[in-house]
Amino acid sequence: MSVPAFTGSNVMDVDAAKIRGAGSNVHFDKVSVAYGAHVVLHPLTLDIAPGEILAMIGPSGSGKTTALRAVAGFVRPASGRIRIGATDVTDLPPYERGLGMVVQNYALFPHMRVEDNVAFGLRAQGADKALIGERVKDSLATVGMSGFSKRYPRELSGGQQQRVAIARALAVRPRVLLLDEPLSALDAQIRRNMVEEIAKLHRDLPGLTILYVTHDQTEALTLADKIAIMRDGRVSSHGPTAELYRRPPNRFTAEFLGRANLLPVTVAEGAAGPKGLATAKLGDAVLAGVARGEKPGDKTLLCIRPQHLSLTGDEEHTNRIVGTLREVHWQGELTHLVLDVDGTPVRVSATRLPVSLPERGSAMPLFFTPGDTSLVPEDVRG
Amino acid sequence: MAEAAVLPASPALRRVPGRFWIVPPAALLALLFFYPLVLIVQQAFLDDSGMANVAEFARVLHARFFLNALLNTITISVAATAGCLIVGLVLGLILAFVPFPGSGVIARLIDTFIALPTFLVTLAFTFLYGSAGMLNAGLMEVFSLRAPPVDFLYSTWGVVLAEVTVYSPFVLRPLLAAFSLVDRGQIEAASVLGARPFRIVRQVILPAAVPALIAGGSLCLLLTVNEFGIVLFIGAKGVITLPLLIYSKAIQESAYQVACIIAVINIALSLGLFGLYRFAAGRMGM
Repeated sequence: MSVPAFTGSNVMDVDAAKIRGAGSNVHFDKVSVAYGAHVVLHPLTLDIAPGEILAMIGPSGSGKTTALRAVAGFVRPASGRIRIGATDVTDLPPYERGLGMVVQNYALFPHMRVEDNVAFGLRAQGADKALIGERVKDSLATVGMSGFSKRYPRELSGGQQQRVAIARALAVRPRVLLLDEPLSALDAQIRRNMVEEIAKLHRDLPGLTILYVTHDQTEALTLADKIAIMRDGRVSSHGPTAELYRRPPNRFTAEFLGRANLLPVTVAEGAAGPKGLATAKLGDAVLAGVARGEKPGDKTLLCIRPQHLSLTGDEEHTNRIVGTLREVHWQGELTHLVLDVDGTPVRVSATRLPVSLPERGSAMPLFFTPGDTSLVPEDVRG
Repeated sequence: MAEAAVLPASPALRRVPGRFWIVPPAALLALLFFYPLVLIVQQAFLDDSGMANVAEFARVLHARFFLNALLNTITISVAATAGCLIVGLVLGLILAFVPFPGSGVIARLIDTFIALPTFLVTLAFTFLYGSAGMLNAGLMEVFSLRAPPVDFLYSTWGVVLAEVTVYSPFVLRPLLAAFSLVDRGQIEAASVLGARPFRIVRQVILPAAVPALIAGGSLCLLLTVNEFGIVLFIGAKGVITLPLLIYSKAIQESAYQVACIIAVINIALSLGLFGLYRFAAGRMGM
């Protein structure tokens, strides 16, 4: 049986307004978590607006899952308070917080049919039978799983199980939906589809506040209104997704979000003109980049994304650097080149290559637009 | 007459390498288990002079002493098994899901009960709850009583308590193994969805532990049906179970045919329970 995507039309069919709940904001107020002497989350102050998707991303052990589990009530903060809407939930048990949660391994109840899984939360909250029936039907329709209500989880594929897990979380009309690496167990193709479908789901349920924990930057970039990048139990950076991507505030963010190239430069002239461009020197090359208040003589990093580097120059691509070609990796729709520019490896993602590429070890010019760059301060903590 | 074609030997008839390896274990099993069993069954239908006597079988089946022993055996084993299931379940839930330092040590200590002889617990119970045990002596001293106030040990319930103490680890062990396989994500998901702990135990944890409960409970039932040492050691007045009755008839009264008849019924009961267990286990996919 094929599974329809949980598209907007599905939601329209079942009256999306029924699903839409008034989302709540989530407020972390200096929340820290420690296991004995080991601090896993340093005092965290952060707001998630109602209806917003905040993606927390970061490497393993960065504290992102701990922050989510503190919201869920599975981890007790060593200090600080957590508020959901107007309620201080810090001391409430998980079952009184009014949340929905989807985890990596789905965590469906294997001995219950799909419909009973979805109805579980409503039954636990004492909803009446008519309401349970209606909500189960609506939630399953929302995720395109109406035809699977009598199946057991073992009779479903991984992607289908994850849809049921989402339906189960939505059925209780959560104030906040917690997604803890929900797509990590799926294979790449299904994961891509699910990311798109979760994005559609949120468009159809715009009031739903979502805290989305992932280590996958593509999921975060696709889904999140805002991103918080975690590192060593602290928020390394936090802001609107596009802004964080275009103007990363530090090296870690630039590298973690999109694997940016970071060239060490010295500022020659501070920001000038309507575009706020500064000029900086990289060896003999003078380059223009979007500044954030640097002064002449400052040592900083010029951030440029691999896909913004061009192999041919034109009147827009006025910045020019020369590197030594080291590696070429053809990956179908993209070709990845690695060049050495003054000792710094520079990655290039090219959709089109010149008819003949220079030999490995040969010098090769790269061009880019000043507006696609930004100056990024070096991390103080390395 | 047509000449019969010579067919090659079918694969089934070919020599199977190592086929004689079945002989030693089969012989050993026959000698040590089946032959004595056959002797017991045979003896059950022969009187003391060696003549066939089926009527004695029917007489024993209707005798009051046998029916009392059967009732005692069933009552004690069912009560003790229920007790083991409750104690094992509660302990298992605490040890598996309530984090506290030293839970592993406690689990291993409980495990050691399996290694101890069953009468040892009974002996300890006598010291603790017996007529002259610590509890009674203390109560008599404190409240100036003339007779021991606690008198449950020498009753059916004393036997049940001792058996629950001895056999609960047989439920606890498979339960802990089953609980270790319960996905903590399911418990957390249930909790976030609004389920309180009791509902989580009932609807999420217990369904996952049903095979372990059946396995542990069946084992307890088998062991308590055949328990001899505890019942003998407690010596509760009027509490005679089938194994004790067999001992009494064979050793004290030299009524071998009666002893063998009761033994045959005891064996049938045990095998019946074992069959039920296998059937249930098969249905559960264990």
